[in-house]
Amino acid sequence: MELKDKLVSSFLAFENTVDIDAPVHDIRSQAIKVFEEKGFPTKKEEAWKYTSLNTVLKHDYSIFPDEENALEFKDIKKYFIHDLDTYKIVFIDGKYSSHLSETTHDKIDVCLMSSALSHDKYKAVIDNYFNKIAKQDGLTSLNTAFSREGAYIYVPKNKLADKPIQIIHFSTGKESAQMLQPRNLIVVEENSHVQIIERHQSLTDNPVLTNSVTEIFVDKRAIVDYYKIQNDNEHASLIDNTYIEQQAQSVASVHTFAFGGNITRNNLNFYQKGEGIDSILNGITIIEGKQHVDHNTLVHHTEPNCESHQDYKGIFDEKATGVFNGKIIVNKEAQKTNAFQSNNNILLSDKATINSKPQLEIFADDVKCSHGCTIGQLDDNALFYMRSRGIGEKEARALLMYAFANNVLQSVKIPQLKSRINKLIANKLGVNLGFDL
Amino acid sequence: MLKIKDLHASVEDKEILKGLNLEVNAGEIHAIMGPNGAGKSTLANIIAGKEEYEVTQGEILLEGEDIEELAAEERAHKGVFLSFQYPVVIPGVTVTNFMKTAINETRKAQGLEEMPAKDMLKKIREKSELLEIDRKFLSRSLNEGFSGGERKRNEIFQMAMMEPKLAILDETDSGLDIDALRIVANGVNKLKNSDNAVVVITHYQRLLEHIVPDFVHVLYDGKIVKSGTKELALELEEKGYDWIKEEINA
Repeated sequence: MELKDKLVSSFLAFENTVDIDAPVHDIRSQAIKVFEEKGFPTKKEEAWKYTSLNTVLKHDYSIFPDEENALEFKDIKKYFIHDLDTYKIVFIDGKYSSHLSETTHDKIDVCLMSSALSHDKYKAVIDNYFNKIAKQDGLTSLNTAFSREGAYIYVPKNKLADKPIQIIHFSTGKESAQMLQPRNLIVVEENSHVQIIERHQSLTDNPVLTNSVTEIFVDKRAIVDYYKIQNDNEHASLIDNTYIEQQAQSVASVHTFAFGGNITRNNLNFYQKGEGIDSILNGITIIEGKQHVDHNTLVHHTEPNCESHQDYKGIFDEKATGVFNGKIIVNKEAQKTNAFQSNNNILLSDKATINSKPQLEIFADDVKCSHGCTIGQLDDNALFYMRSRGIGEKEARALLMYAFANNVLQSVKIPQLKSRINKLIANKLGVNLGFDL
Repeated sequence: MLKIKDLHASVEDKEILKGLNLEVNAGEIHAIMGPNGAGKSTLANIIAGKEEYEVTQGEILLEGEDIEELAAEERAHKGVFLSFQYPVVIPGVTVTNFMKTAINETRKAQGLEEMPAKDMLKKIREKSELLEIDRKFLSRSLNEGFSGGERKRNEIFQMAMMEPKLAILDETDSGLDIDALRIVANGVNKLKNSDNAVVVITHYQRLLEHIVPDFVHVLYDGKIVKSGTKELALELEEKGYDWIKEEINA
């Protein structure tokens, strides 16, 4: 059976496991219809021209996790930023792992989507925010239809989340192939601040497909820093659909570190709904083999005096392929918008490819919008310069690549995370430079 | 120290060095002068190990060892240093981190322990004072936004840090005002001792007033066509290169 048919016919079984009288269930029922109609995207769609899901969709995925699989912290410690005190929301094969997690209801809520969907206490927030900005496309609708579990984070106004929050999804590989559909809702009210680190990690060689949806609401003057670590194995594919709505004078940043996976697609959407907003989208992609990473970003400026900054760096080796598709829309009313976008790439091999495409739709006349895209190789003169100072070829290449990605790394605000990303990059490049850049 | 025998080299099938001979002993300063396009920078780059040049004939011996097959970094580990005519900008890598990496990679290759951080800092302080380099400068990205003079001074700072056996200064005087020229020359003179050697490649005589050579060679059309003492440089300054060309072609 085709995956699409399997998913649609599984919906009835899914309904037996959830409260079908809850208002959310009407949303799910609507969503499965949308998915049934639209299905999975194909290369015929402009936005999916360079990313084919065919090879990923052919597996016979188990859709619902069976039993709870236990993992020992010592075995998976390395996937956490463990030298940093954080709240943790951890899932194993899509099921919440209470013994690996550290949640809270003290002043802020850091807990589970399943409990937020089933307790009256959260009803108002769910009614106001759940599925309000997620697109009605096939993939997001599919996630909505099966939405049941994920992270729920609520920061009421004038609160500083006292420590960062880690959201980690593990796949253990007990199933032959596994599809996961986490659904996250993050609501940050006026003047509040939260930092979130998200990671998906497969512990198996069996195929994993994650179709994740995250909705983030950033109220007036609030600050949200979101870090995505995508360093999965070559059997794990990820479709990350993130939707962020910002109110006046808020600042939201998303850093995406795409260091590995089979097919990784990031649909990152920012909707600005007030004045004086800043949206920051940064990314470092370093991949090799036959890995594929596709960054599809949207920033929609609707009000005056707002900014957006996008800086994506990519390094592609062997037969790796990359896509950057950055869309900026500036409405007629959004005068004095400053929108910057840059996408710089290094191809280390003749067989690596990058498709980079800016799309600017500007309807206001008094705006500053700039975009730039470069694709090149490592500079031979710079390599010779470094080698003539005694730095070996491998180290010199690594140093140049570090230098290339450095400004994105510098904007990471959590030192322990920055140091971890540094190590991940050093590991990938097979060097130890002896210092953090 | 350095012995070059009948060196022929080409880039993209164009022969640039056409049988060059040069011998530099420890404790000596040699100047190589010559008109544009004579092959001066090519010679410097070939000694340092730039890969785009192909040595078709001849030998380059460093302390008796043929270094022609060695990679640029291996030559650096053996004590070869090139001060670049056009130092490269490397954004994101500070001068300090660059030097730490260069020195520790070199020590590693020589079978030595990494230099303790304290010693490294001390050395950086000492050598930056020698070149009158502001401390703030050291935490800036390598050559990024540096003026021409700052870049050249930074090259000699790196030379001071690396303490090479054989230093080749490729047009180090270009882009320097007279004060910077004096600082750079003073740095080189302080580093000079009886165990190392310096090859100064230059177009003009003015640097040689400050770094006084033991020998002056004229490089023309891929060969050393005339050698002499420092007086030859003065003669070249006065008369230009045409008389040499005439002498050759006669």
